[in-house]
Amino acid sequence: MIDLSLLADGGVGWLDASGPSSHLVLSTRIRLARNLAGRVFQGRNSETEREDILSVVERAARESVLLRRATKFRLDRLERTDRQLLHERHLVSKELAGLDADGRVRSGASVLVQDRIGVMLNEEDHLRIQGLHSGFALEATYAEVDRLDAELGQRLAFAFHPEFGYLTSCPTNVGTGLRASVLIHLPGLVLTKEISKVLQGLAQVGLTFRGLYGEGSEVVGNFFQLSNQTTLGSSEHELLDHLGKMVRQVMDYEEQARQVLLRDAPAIIEDKVWRAYGLLRYARALSFEEAMNLLSGVRLGVGVSLIPDVAMYTLNKLLVYTQPAHLAVAEGVAPTDADLPIRRARFVRKVLESEVGRRG
Amino acid sequence: MSCDQCREREAVIHLTQIVNEQVTTLHLCERCAAEKGVESPSGVVKTPLGSFLAAMGKNLPETEPTPRSSETCNRCGGSLQDFRESGRLGCPECYRWFEVPIRDLLRRLHGSTHHVGERYAEQGSAPAEVRIESADLREQLRLAVETENFELAAELRDRLRVLE
Repeated sequence: MIDLSLLADGGVGWLDASGPSSHLVLSTRIRLARNLAGRVFQGRNSETEREDILSVVERAARESVLLRRATKFRLDRLERTDRQLLHERHLVSKELAGLDADGRVRSGASVLVQDRIGVMLNEEDHLRIQGLHSGFALEATYAEVDRLDAELGQRLAFAFHPEFGYLTSCPTNVGTGLRASVLIHLPGLVLTKEISKVLQGLAQVGLTFRGLYGEGSEVVGNFFQLSNQTTLGSSEHELLDHLGKMVRQVMDYEEQARQVLLRDAPAIIEDKVWRAYGLLRYARALSFEEAMNLLSGVRLGVGVSLIPDVAMYTLNKLLVYTQPAHLAVAEGVAPTDADLPIRRARFVRKVLESEVGRRG
Repeated sequence: MSCDQCREREAVIHLTQIVNEQVTTLHLCERCAAEKGVESPSGVVKTPLGSFLAAMGKNLPETEPTPRSSETCNRCGGSLQDFRESGRLGCPECYRWFEVPIRDLLRRLHGSTHHVGERYAEQGSAPAEVRIESADLREQLRLAVETENFELAAELRDRLRVLE
């Protein structure tokens, strides 16, 4: 079993709900795709080459300020539950964790993590420099990621083309290599059925959306990851400004949708959020999907001040710790355990009881 | 996660649809997906570039010095055919070797072929040092503005201007 306590904040600093606009935005993530010059990309390289990349980059990281004390996890040497745990914590991608359909972990697949930043190694690109902050914090996240990129770039030769910019294994990432994602909760737009219009609008301005776990994941609990689609032809700051403007607009739409719901259907909304709270508080078995949807309802209730005394931090914590691998590890069972829904309901009741007190 | 259709096999395709303003996601195994007419992951779905790749090179005028599908990169041995299948290039050199079709692809993907962002500065070079320092200053500036320390912010802004 891996020890996530090795990380200063257990790698969950992003869920402390301390960041800007935390009632709507859970986290901001930025990654930069980088490859080492003169080496073939991951898809065509060998185990030996991946080991070599790992040691070259790790050496550079240990000399840097930002990753000097980084904790290293070798995904290729971890059990599936541990890999899933790191993925659920948003520290590694599904691909790196070997949780894709084929279920294989690539040799050399690793991640270095220190505080809110890190670097995935031997992912689709040799390096995926990443930063993850609580709330809506594009600038602060980019400042750290940019600095780490500069620090590593001083010690490593990156593949760079004068016209195309940073070269990546997939041409969809070429140029800046930058993908910024904002994980946002939009129950108001879903309930008022405005969401598809908003998502279509975003597509028209070059943005895209994904589910809770990024690429290839489905939308659960009304959480959407909004991110830039293109990476070439605009500077990093232009990409971030554009995404930031659009996210602020979506946040306004969401607030408006909530006002409309409270104005036109107050009784229905009140019933919906309290019903979600009641189920979380008293249910005896909860699937992950159901827990996510109920948490979304309660989150909405707290956001519009219908449910007092529940902290966003408590809800974020439940969101992370009720995920299959987290729950399984906490309970000392396998993530496939048949009793997991019962254990999940018990866990949720316990947290709500101790953190919210008896009321409602 | 099991398939929404047969509830037996593992779902490998996650299809998000927007119908009548409702976003729904279908989780399907390969067989049920094929029955529903959704491309299997071994087909186009695997590469998000699907149609781009299929069309790549086809519409180019004959006279352009386009490498043939069978031609391979002299560094990694990858061909355009490999790229069409996997959606991934073999190595940085592929971008030079297949420059013409790649430029065409980039234009369609990004609406541009010219990188205008951060430029890679050689190891230990002055520009790299400047970038680290300016990233530091920018972060300090952000904090100064956030804490409404405008005197410090003004000073930091001046230093940034000199640096950049």
